[in-house]
Amino acid sequence: MREEIIVSGRMNAMVDPNLHIWHWQIPLYLFLGGMAAGILCIAALYFIRGRENDYRTAVRITPFLTPVLLVLGLLALLIDLRHKLYFWQLYTNIRLQSPMSWGAWTLMVITPVSFIWCALHIRDLFPNWDWKYNWLKAIETFFNKYKKALAWVMLIYGLILGIYTGILLSAFNARPLWNTSILGPLFLASGLSAGAAATLIMSKNKEERKQFARIDLVIIGIELFLIVHMFMGFLASTQVQIDAARLFLGGPYTTIFWVFVIMLGLLLPAILEILELRKYHIPAIIPAIMVIFGSLMLRFVIVYAGQASRWLY
Amino acid sequence: MRYAMAVDTKKCVGCSDCVVACQTENNVPIGYCRDWVVEVTDGTYPQLEMEIRSERCNHCANAPCVRCCPTGASHIVEGGIVLVTPTECIGCGACIASCPYDARYPHPKGYVDKCTFCEHRIKNGMSPSCVEVCPTKCLYFGDLDDPNSNVSNVLRLRKYKTLIPEAGTDPQLFFLI
Repeated sequence: MREEIIVSGRMNAMVDPNLHIWHWQIPLYLFLGGMAAGILCIAALYFIRGRENDYRTAVRITPFLTPVLLVLGLLALLIDLRHKLYFWQLYTNIRLQSPMSWGAWTLMVITPVSFIWCALHIRDLFPNWDWKYNWLKAIETFFNKYKKALAWVMLIYGLILGIYTGILLSAFNARPLWNTSILGPLFLASGLSAGAAATLIMSKNKEERKQFARIDLVIIGIELFLIVHMFMGFLASTQVQIDAARLFLGGPYTTIFWVFVIMLGLLLPAILEILELRKYHIPAIIPAIMVIFGSLMLRFVIVYAGQASRWLY
Repeated sequence: MRYAMAVDTKKCVGCSDCVVACQTENNVPIGYCRDWVVEVTDGTYPQLEMEIRSERCNHCANAPCVRCCPTGASHIVEGGIVLVTPTECIGCGACIASCPYDARYPHPKGYVDKCTFCEHRIKNGMSPSCVEVCPTKCLYFGDLDDPNSNVSNVLRLRKYKTLIPEAGTDPQLFFLI
């Protein structure tokens, strides 16, 4: 039998024998950012379409999660940086070819926007809220006047944030598993479904819950469709991408991917939501938590497996 | 000007002198290396074939590490050399993940480090330290745009290959076969 033995003298930490430069911080951030993007997109979309009163939780309450999610995500990103004191270099440069630069600037816009959106709805949580200072009241009046424009900014930057979390990985052709443009839409869909699930948990309105169970179902369908296409693309591509797909088809990531992402994260919540819509009594919180958990696992599995996938030469 | 290096896989004996010379010249932290030796044994015993390669950054003309760098710390200077400016590097690791040759590593001080073709030496008319010390003279360095440079001459005379050309990086490290 023909054999090829490659012995390398290189043993650089975090690069050899397998790349492991990105740890829990990156997938956690991709999840938090994706979920925040999902919540903000849904809120902006329903506000722009004038359905604020039908889907009150989604537009006015769930967005209160996003500043927390984004700040935690940014913190995870900062922890990941190895040269932390130079982080400001991100904001003295605009690099159009670098997805990470796009992400840094997008976060610079969407994070304050999420805070402003919450500030505009603070009286939904605390009816007697008073801003105390006149200049704060002036800011509130200003943004209330241009709320529709703010919603458009939120929608567009939310979409960019949701897609970029996937593009960030797919821009690396050195890691064949990541090098598929499907990751952009897949991570956006996964973020939207986690965002819909958050409203499903927080809403007390039966009609709203029903609508968001339906939205979640549709997005789960889209996700499954994208995942099938991802594998079709890999298996019809070059050897390195076939090897990348095999990480999930018998390789070391098979169980964790099919059990936690596909079964527990997509199929089971879909079945529970269908049963719920068919009037079986199932607490909405169960499928919603599973969807959010599946969305987190998807990021972890893709980020870790991607670093195990490489070119051989 | 287009700096490039050719490695004669028929002459290289894998002594790792290039690795030690680089570590000394560039103060590479203990446990890390900017260049390294790969031995590939191919075939069925007793019909075996061996290739020894001294590898380092390919100083790609289409460098993915420069493309994905969010701050511009990774950049290409005159002669096509890919460099990292430590004071602009945030240590995000994107360039490390983007390199199909895994030629970069995180320096313990936080920034990302890699082969510089000994830019500080070639500026002063010297050759890179790995080339300088090679006991079998299997490393050739020079300007591809100059038809009389060492590297141009040897690439004209010999057959050569590059590593993973299908990754689309347009590598400038040539292996004589």
